[in-house]
Amino acid sequence: MPKVSVRLFATLQRYLPPANIGEATVMDVSPGTTVQSLLGELGVPLEQVKIVMINGIHTETDYVLQEGDRVGVFPPVAGG
Amino acid sequence: MEKLLRVDMSNLEARFEDLPDKYALLGGRAMTAAIVADEVAPTVHPLSERNKLVFAPGILTGTTAPSSGRLSVGAKSPLTGTIKESNAGGISAQKLASLGIRALVVEGKPAEKGFYVLVLSSEGARIEPAGDLAGLGCYELNRRLWEKYGKNSGLMCIGPAGEAGMPTAGVSTNDRENHPGRYAGRGGLGAVMGSKGLKAIVLLCDKVFEAPVAEPEKFKEAQKLLSKAILEHPVTAQALPAFGTAVLINILNEAGGLPTKNFSAGRFEEAAKTGGEAMAEFCKTRGGKGKMGHGCHPGCIIRCSNIIPDEKGEVACAPVEYESSWALGANCGIGDLDTIARLNYLCNDVGLDTIETGVTIGVLMEGGLLAFGDGSGAIALLDTEVRNVTPLGRIVGAGAAVAGKTFGVVRVPVVKSQGMPAYDPRAVKGIGVTYATSTMGADHTAGYSVATNILKVGGFVDPLQAEGQVDLARNLQIATAFVDASGLCLFTAFPLLDIDYALPAVADMYAARLGRPFTVADALEAGKEVLRVERKFNEAAGFTKAHDRLPDFMKYEKLLPHDVVFDVTDEELDTVHNF
Ligand code: SF4
Repeated sequence: MPKVSVRLFATLQRYLPPANIGEATVMDVSPGTTVQSLLGELGVPLEQVKIVMINGIHTETDYVLQEGDRVGVFPPVAGG
Repeated sequence: MEKLLRVDMSNLEARFEDLPDKYALLGGRAMTAAIVADEVAPTVHPLSERNKLVFAPGILTGTTAPSSGRLSVGAKSPLTGTIKESNAGGISAQKLASLGIRALVVEGKPAEKGFYVLVLSSEGARIEPAGDLAGLGCYELNRRLWEKYGKNSGLMCIGPAGEAGMPTAGVSTNDRENHPGRYAGRGGLGAVMGSKGLKAIVLLCDKVFEAPVAEPEKFKEAQKLLSKAILEHPVTAQALPAFGTAVLINILNEAGGLPTKNFSAGRFEEAAKTGGEAMAEFCKTRGGKGKMGHGCHPGCIIRCSNIIPDEKGEVACAPVEYESSWALGANCGIGDLDTIARLNYLCNDVGLDTIETGVTIGVLMEGGLLAFGDGSGAIALLDTEVRNVTPLGRIVGAGAAVAGKTFGVVRVPVVKSQGMPAYDPRAVKGIGVTYATSTMGADHTAGYSVATNILKVGGFVDPLQAEGQVDLARNLQIATAFVDASGLCLFTAFPLLDIDYALPAVADMYAARLGRPFTVADALEAGKEVLRVERKFNEAAGFTKAHDRLPDFMKYEKLLPHDVVFDVTDEELDTVHNF
């Protein structure tokens, strides 16, 4: 089973609170799991998801997770 | 009739003039650019009596338009040698506008070195000797000025760095709690103020929303629409008040574009400890005076600002913004929020720009003066060296370009001698185009391509590809020049980019405020005109397309984790200002 490390940020943090601030949660997912299905399992309302990055690259939610992926998920955020 | 106030520091005289017709439609950055271009020769020395320092509220500042209380400060910059506008929040711009002052021009220089305070009220303007206020840091200065002139006075002042003419000194403005942390920080305008012998400007005025509006009913309708857009957009309605601008730390870190240890990497292992989520946690667990969702001026409905508490719940620093947290944090290899807040406090107190200071210390760390991560070393540089204006303190206050030369460093992240803000242009290429081609030197606010490259606001342009970045940066620089003239906070740009009725509402407010037709097309033309005026000044000051470039190392030093260089070509960069 592919192992992935997952971080949810800002208001989404509550669906997967990190053990220590900034620390990823390492999870085993079944082969073929998409970002969308992973977020569904975690109970994250998809309409709150704006940005998904896999290994630092902007990606869509239908992406199929691969061994070693670093997953970062954000609601709408900005600053400057 | 709205006024222009001219303060002649050579003769210590102030006089009100009717606002010339040619400036009737100008506010904020459009006003400071026009006056500097009209009255300052591009080749003057920025600290000489021949430079002028201009303060201007935006066209909508002092009205009931939401989040519109912004101040523009302009001059020829001692840091870059270009024309400069630096934008600040705080409570002073609305007071200026409510006093009917559209521009405050400070010129000349006292014959003998000494410092003065300019006091402004509805009764007029007077210039008083600063006496023992000279030499004070901005916190004690603000405390004494409120004690002397009354609570709620608007204050615009400089610290010891500005008095000493350090080219990265900023102009401080106060917020409602009298913290001096709302800075027109960039480009050394505090040094220009210091060169004129002006320690502080005090605004005695309790009026906030009294700028004249020609058609109040029409204004109100348009204003409601803009408020609705701001409160509808998830970024301005939820993310900014809850986590502040530093919510960006984690997303830039994920994207591999958070400049780390003097732009040597794109990710910082301790980033999360310095981000907006960590700040919100601090405020929750430490309580006391800590607060997220703080507004820097009355009438801001976004409230991105914060008050970061220390361990006892007392104010450590207000605010700590994204750029400051990054500059004094990741860029220096410092992952401790208390240290960052302390450094930010010290910048505010001695009167230095936080971005430039963090970039400079990063270069000094690279040069071996102190180690990356050395928080107490960095604190000493500010609290001892800069505060006491030692030779080393002057190097810190001279900016990253000078620090790089002094210590023989090649990796110096500046454009036109101004330090780069918190986005590495190799991994966020759109902002690289803005850094290279902005009239201000490396300035993220001049055309915030990060919105579209990273945050998916205003569409999406892949940050790692060169394609599309020039058009993006051009359009954003034009739109931003208009927003900076309006007095609206730049963060209204997120709804302005995404919600179709928002920009027409702003044009309608302009029309109602000024009592003349004004369309979205006029707004964009106004933005272009600001850029043309600024470019013309810079050209006459000696700037060519060879200056519209990123530092060379970014073309060949690959940035991890994406292993990328900056590859927008010079030819493409030269087309940004083709409009
Ligand atoms: S959004 Fe933030 S910076 Fe802008 S006006 Fe409001 S508090 Fe000030």
